[in-house]
Formats: sequence, C-alpha cells, structure tokens
Amino acid sequence: MGDSQDPLNKRWDHLRKILERPGPFCHPEFEPSPEILDFIMTGCKILVIGAGGLGCELLKDLALMGFKQIHVIDMDIIELSNLNRQFLFRHKDIGSSKAEVAAAFINKRIAGCQVTPHFCKIQDYDESFYRQFHIIVCGLDSIVARRWINGMLISLLNYEDGVLDQSSVIPIVDGGTEGFKGNARVILPGLSACIDCTLDLYPPQITYPLCTIANTPRLPEHCIEYVKVIQWPKENPWGIQLDGDDPQHIGWIYEKSMERALQFNITGLTYRLVQGVVKHIIPAVASTNAVIAAVCATEVFKLATSCCIPMNNYMVFNDVDGIYTYTYEAEKKDNCLACSQVPYTIPIKDPAKYKLKDLIELLCESASFQMKNPGLTTVIDGKNKTLYMSTIKSIEEKTKENLSKSLVDLGLRDNSEVMVADLTSPSTMVLKLKYLVSDVEME
Amino acid sequence: MSSPVPKSPEQSEKSKKYDRQLRLWGDHGQKLLENAKVCLINVTALGTEILKSLVLPGIGAFTIVDGEKITEQDTGSNFFLDNDSVGLSRAQVATRCLLELNPDVHGDYIDESPEHIMAHTQDFFNNFSVVIATSLPEKILLPLSKQLWEANVPLIVGRSIGFLAYLRLQIREHTVIEVHPDNEIPDLRLENPWPALREHLNNIDILKLDKKDRSHVPALVILYYYLDKFKNVYGGVPVTRSQKDVLRNLIKEGNSFNDEDDENHLEENFQEAIHYVNTCIGQSRIPSQVQALLDDERCTNLTQESSSFWVMCAALRELVQSDGALPVRGSLPDMAADTINYVALQQLYQKQAQFQAEAQLYQKQAQFQAEAVYRRASQIARSLGQSPDTITEHEVKLFCKHASELYVARGSCIAEEYQSTAFDISSYLEDPDSLMLYYAIIRGLERFISEFNTTPGQFDDQVEPDVLKLKGIIGKLLAEWGCGQAIRDERIHEVCRYGGAELHSVSAMLGGCAAHEIIKLITHQYKPLDNTFIYDAITTNSATFVL
Repeated sequence: MGDSQDPLNKRWDHLRKILERPGPFCHPEFEPSPEILDFIMTGCKILVIGAGGLGCELLKDLALMGFKQIHVIDMDIIELSNLNRQFLFRHKDIGSSKAEVAAAFINKRIAGCQVTPHFCKIQDYDESFYRQFHIIVCGLDSIVARRWINGMLISLLNYEDGVLDQSSVIPIVDGGTEGFKGNARVILPGLSACIDCTLDLYPPQITYPLCTIANTPRLPEHCIEYVKVIQWPKENPWGIQLDGDDPQHIGWIYEKSMERALQFNITGLTYRLVQGVVKHIIPAVASTNAVIAAVCATEVFKLATSCCIPMNNYMVFNDVDGIYTYTYEAEKKDNCLACSQVPYTIPIKDPAKYKLKDLIELLCESASFQMKNPGLTTVIDGKNKTLYMSTIKSIEEKTKENLSKSLVDLGLRDNSEVMVADLTSPSTMVLKLKYLVSDVEME
Repeated sequence: MSSPVPKSPEQSEKSKKYDRQLRLWGDHGQKLLENAKVCLINVTALGTEILKSLVLPGIGAFTIVDGEKITEQDTGSNFFLDNDSVGLSRAQVATRCLLELNPDVHGDYIDESPEHIMAHTQDFFNNFSVVIATSLPEKILLPLSKQLWEANVPLIVGRSIGFLAYLRLQIREHTVIEVHPDNEIPDLRLENPWPALREHLNNIDILKLDKKDRSHVPALVILYYYLDKFKNVYGGVPVTRSQKDVLRNLIKEGNSFNDEDDENHLEENFQEAIHYVNTCIGQSRIPSQVQALLDDERCTNLTQESSSFWVMCAALRELVQSDGALPVRGSLPDMAADTINYVALQQLYQKQAQFQAEAQLYQKQAQFQAEAVYRRASQIARSLGQSPDTITEHEVKLFCKHASELYVARGSCIAEEYQSTAFDISSYLEDPDSLMLYYAIIRGLERFISEFNTTPGQFDDQVEPDVLKLKGIIGKLLAEWGCGQAIRDERIHEVCRYGGAELHSVSAMLGGCAAHEIIKLITHQYKPLDNTFIYDAITTNSATFVL
C-alpha cells in the first residue's frame, strides 16, 4: 500500500487537502482524488538539473511537495564557497559530487524519497535518458547548458502532418538568480516561448575592448583583464592554462594587476575583485535561491497534479528595494532557431564580398544566436561539404582557408541551406541564405 | 624604479565561505549580521525556512520559542523536523537541525508557548535584533506588537496557508546608509566645483587640443567646458529640457570643430558628455528626502540615546550649512578617456594620468570632507555624553559617500492597524484583481482562529459550514471598516478548502523573502518592505500595501 493511501499516515495531510478537495480556482480538468498524490509519489518522474544553489532548494521543495521519483544531475564537486547557500552540503563534503551528496541527504531526511544522482554532464546522456521524465526542472547558472537541454526537449517533440503530438511535450521549469534578482519560468516546448525565443533576455557578458585594457586602463578591472588575457599567456608562469580555482594562479594575477594599477595610478584593486573578474563570479545568497526554487517547485506541482493552471509563463523577482515580482507572458518567436520548425533566413546584402568568417561572427555576436563555436556544413550539388569546423583539429586545419572566402566563392547560392552545429544545442540547426541582390555571378 | 607591490593576501576561511554574499553587503554588513540575534516564535515550515536563510549566511544567534510537540503533519511540510522526531519538542528538534547548517551560528530554544513567556518574562523579546512570528494568534500578536513597537525592536509577522502567503513588517524607525540603487547618478559637481577641481578644469582648453588629444579627454572635462560657455551666454546653468538641448548642441558642435572628414561621427567621450547633461546638470544640490532628514527632529534634537546615524546626520547638517552641498561621493563612473596621452607614453611614470587625475581629485575632496564630518560627529557624541568609540571613521566615510541616498523608514504598529476602523479598503476592492481581498481574508482567518481555536476547513465535513462562519466574520470586519463591498464566496471557499494546510513551496518562497528583509534590517542596507506583502501562488502574483 502506497504512502498516500495509508489512512494512519497523516504526514501528507497538507497535500491531501489540496489534492482531494474541489476548489473554485482549480484547473478546469482537475478531479480531486487520492490517486493524484499516489501518482506524484509513485509514477511521476522529475529531473532536476543542477544541484547547486537552486538545485539543493529544488530537491527539498519537491520532496516536501510529495515527489519521490527524483533524479538529479550535476557535474560539479562541492567547494567551500558553496556552503553559504547550498544547504545540503557540509564542510566534510568539500570535494565530493554535489549530485551524490545532495541525493543522499534528501533520501535520509525524507523517508521514502528516492533521489537518484548523476555525477556527469547533461551532454553525457541522450534522448532515451531525457524521454523518461514527466517534467524537467533547471537550476543552472549556464546559458549554454540551458539552451542545450531546451534543444534536447524540442528534439523529442513529435509532429504528425505538422501537428504537434501533445504527449511528446515534456515541460521545463527554469529558474535563475543573480544577487537579489531572479526569474522563474514555465516552458512547454513547441507550445510556448522557449529559452532560444527569449535569448535577448540574457545580457551579454561584460567584455572590455582590447585597446582599453592594453593602452588606456582606467578601472582596476582593466588591469586584471590585461594580466589575464595578455600577460598570463605571454609569461605563463607555470606553463599551464590559468585556473581560477588555483589560489597560486589568482595570487599571481593579483600581484601583477596590482603592479599595473600602481603604474597607472588606479585605485580600488582588491583580491576579491581579482577573483570576481577572473572567474566571472556572480554574487549569490541563500534567500534569492530559496524564493526562485520555491516558485519553480510550485509550478512543477501544478503541472504534475493539474491542481491549478500553471504560470503563463515568466516571473521576474527583485528584492533590492522592498519585494517586487512581475509575471508576464514571454512570446514565442515565429522564427525561433530552436523551436519554430522553420529554417532561419539570413539576409545577405553582398554575397560576393560577405565572407564565411562574417557569417560565423554574426552567429557568435548577434543577440539572437549567441553561439560559441559553430561548425558549418552544407550540401552542394548533392554532396556534403564542410565549410568550417573548429572542434576537430584536422578538419579545422583543412577548412581554415574557407574563412576568408566569400559565400559566392564557396559555391553557396541564394536559398542555399547551411547546417550549423554548436555547443548551445544537441541538434543541427538549418540556416537559409537569402541573397538581396538578384544577379549574382556564379563562378 | 620598482615600487613594492603588496603580496597576495591570505584569504580567511570565513571570507572564502561567505565570498558570494560579501560581494553584496560587504565585510561591514557581514559583521553586523554576525553580531545579530533573532527570535523565532512558532516552528512552522515558514518559520524554519526563514531561519534557514539566516543561519546559512551566518547570523550571530537565534532563539526558538515554541511549546508544541511535533506531529506527523509537521514532518510533511517542515524540512527541519526529521522523520523519527514525532512527539518530541518542535523547538528542540528544529534548533538541532538548523544548527547543522552552519557551525558559526549559535542557537537555543525555549520549549514554552509564547503566551507563557509573554505572561512571565515580558521583556524577553526586547533583547533581540529582530523578532519573527509565524502563525501567531491575535491575542498574543497584539500585545507583542505593542511591546516591540515601544522598544523599537523590528517585528516580522508571516502566515502561509495553502497557496496564499502574507508578510507584515513592523518597524518604528529604521535607518539605511546604503540603499544600493540600481542606477546611481554620478556625482560630478560641475555646477559648483570646489576650488581645486575648478582650477584643474579651468586649465584644460578643449579647443586648443588637437583631434587626438581631444578624443582622450574624459567626458566631465568636456561637460564642464561647454557648461561654462553656456553660463557665459545665458547667465546660469540649464534647467529645462530646452535649455539642456542647447547645451547638448554646444557639445555636439564642439566635437565637429576642425573636423572636416567626419562631421556626423561623435567621439565616445563627447557622446558620454551629452549623456551626462540630463542626469548630472540642473539637479537640486540636496535631494529633498535628505534635506528632510537633516531637518528632522531626531537630527536637530539629539539626546544621549541618539543613534550614530542621527549624530552623523547632525554633523552632516553643519557641513551642509557651511558648504551648501552634500559631501562629494568621491568616485567617478568609468569614462572613455586616455590614461595619459599616447604621445607621452614614455612619461608613464612621471606624468599624472588623465581621468586618474580627476578621479583622485574627487577622492581627495571626499576624504577631506569625511574627516571633517568625523571630527564633528565625534565632538557631538562626546558632548552628548556618549562613549567616544560609538562612531568609527569607517562608518562616517560610508555615511558621507552615500549621503545622497540616506533613507529612514518609519512604519506603523500592527496593534494599531488591527484596532483601527479608519481603514479605507473600499478603494482597493474596487479593483477586482487587487490582492487586498486576501488581506481581508487573512484578517478574517485570524479572527476565526481566535474564536473557534481551529483553522476553517480543518476537517473534510466542516468545509461548507466553515465557509459560512468565515463569511460572517469577514462581513463583520468589512462593516467595521465601513466598506460596502463584499468578498466573493469562492474566495472564501478556497481558503476554507485549504483547511490550514501549509504547502512547503509556498512557505519556502515567503521564507526567502522574509529572511532577506531581516538581513536588510540587520545590515542597514537596502530599502525594506513597506509594509505588507501578499503573494498569491495560484496566479504567481504579488502586491505590497502600506497599512
């Protein structure tokens, strides 16, 4: 007999009142019954991505909202600076897998809960793994990882004669925090705005122009960037790549940056700032993570039980000045690269002058693509042709010369399709070139 | 020449552990947090979630007051009551489970009801930095609220029921030095530069610079130069939009001067100068809310009990009276400029760098003024009979740096709110979407609990009859407030259906919010909630009301 069915077990009375009584604000299709609690306890499988600040909170929240079949995936190990908010970890756990320690703690504290840890990258698993879940919750700090899982769930959608098979939709509930600000959202892949539809919500990382850091530094950050991107590769004190977690490395950067700051009369350089700039540290507190994870867990509960209509579909939170929340409907983009089912058209003004490297730059720099290291292939006269690929060294060598060739020189025509593979998606995206000149001389 | 470079400092274990939050409230905020002690009344899921987000960042100490024993239901919503603890003291088990989170924190508990403590050791609660009360019945809430109001101890009251959450902050007076605004207006002082700045700026003649040098001058120098021209022609600084347009045009024309090839192209520093016209010129010298503080009775009538904030205000007031302005903030926003002219790169070590020269001028003036305020504040403190170390130099520096954002929150007493009939709820309820209706429901719910000693809908067969009872109570409340509107039956039905259920994820959301409000109060940073927050998890909407 299931936990929820046992009349003597009053533990879940709180949930049972919500799930076994009718209410005026329930989802129209909601039928109160003990079977719902039974479903979330035995049948419903949830995947939590990330066992960090949000992940720890999510696991606790979901376990106390009745979910028992929970998987958690995280590639990271526990560090000292996690302990101010990642409350499932103790000092003795430093160096252990976040996913494993978090799962063990929850399973011990909440009897009957079965959290399964996965100490690996999300990219280590394929469709067959992700397909088993009813809902996926993300507590990530990486946009690339968010886009990848978004692409994965979109690739699981079934379309029959262009009509989406609703049973292939796995909802994503996604949370993010930065300092005292955060957001939570519900994504129904193929039906509502996905991560790529709203890419412009993610601000581009702050970068300093090379000429400023080299010639006209004014801020301590400029000095640190200089040492990091110019001085380290040149002097390479330990003959290895810079490791932001190595205190010796940070110490070296600190001393050299300080030297440079003194040269230029720049004040305000601190060890903490050096760490922040080198590691791109985002400030984080327990309270914001608690709020955002809790909002996400509430949405998972609504989706799994149909007790209420889920949030539509994006909430922002900020408690710098009082407590502020705002919920709105983020819009699905008609030509979204990830979820629209239509090849994305790129207008090209002058294909005889437009070089392949210009196209790659566009894919990396433009707010609507934000790719990392796109690999490009196409089909010319029925034959596959690799235009450029940086991830495999031998291919990079062979295709490097294409970068400075124009699209016309590469044999690409008006309406040609270019297939793009990138870290930000598990599947290949199709771009369609649209030449804005009518009479292109083809060689 | 090689100047000695400080070696990389050793990072303490603590600063590594708290690194991600120290970047927000600083070492001085952390110190206040570590010296604070809070009291939680009643171990609800909401209560322990609040404490969790205070224990993790390292609050000094907490005390839990709760006389109840753990039920099975408690373990289904509260993470800090473990499985096998049913029947044990809620206060004791919660204290143990919370202390596991952070060895830096002290915690203790009193296994007695809050009523008992109120009856026997009345001013027990006055000894805390903040008191947190969750699910506290009205008959204890009201005297507690009055008592803490008198003692000027902040009280934070929360309730989480079903999909509904409510938070009320009671603060009599709370002072904030650092509000951390999202957009900070640069403090340039170009309209009334102090002598050293004026001399420096007067020495730079934009028109005499060649094109290259001109593109390396910081925006504030450009802005000053054209502001001066404007003043010569129009006899004052631009205030209106059209006057500011004139100044903007002057700057624009200045950039195309002697520049035949590229007339439309504006240098980055000229663009910045134009950008600063709106925010940095023609503002009142002393923001009205700061002037109000300087004129406040607490500032003008100091006593031996006056806090360092008000003593510093009094010292600041004197500076403002003599200087006609607040102290200079002392930091400049980044401006496109050369550190030194390219042509003089070889003089790198000798020549004062452009922008750095200005940055240091501002820094120096700020330091000079802060020292004056510090001296004066120490004198005032001494004359009041306060101990000489009540005010530190570091505190005064921070105070002067943030003089333009000083903020004092003055709230209202919960007991008065509950006893008042002059509350105009009707105007809110005219908007059918206003979350104010939940306020009426929460107040009705609390009366219900006081009258019947149980929450409505506790038992399955009582939901319907309890809807009627609660409806009656809410109707009476609305009548007391002189409100003609009614709350729709379905709203009342919904809260009865909850039967007092506490959903963990709703409590966790409110718990995070409440914890951060407490951190604001303890660190005296950021503006706290004013004063009632209501969250509807069904629609994921929230609202703030001043009651």
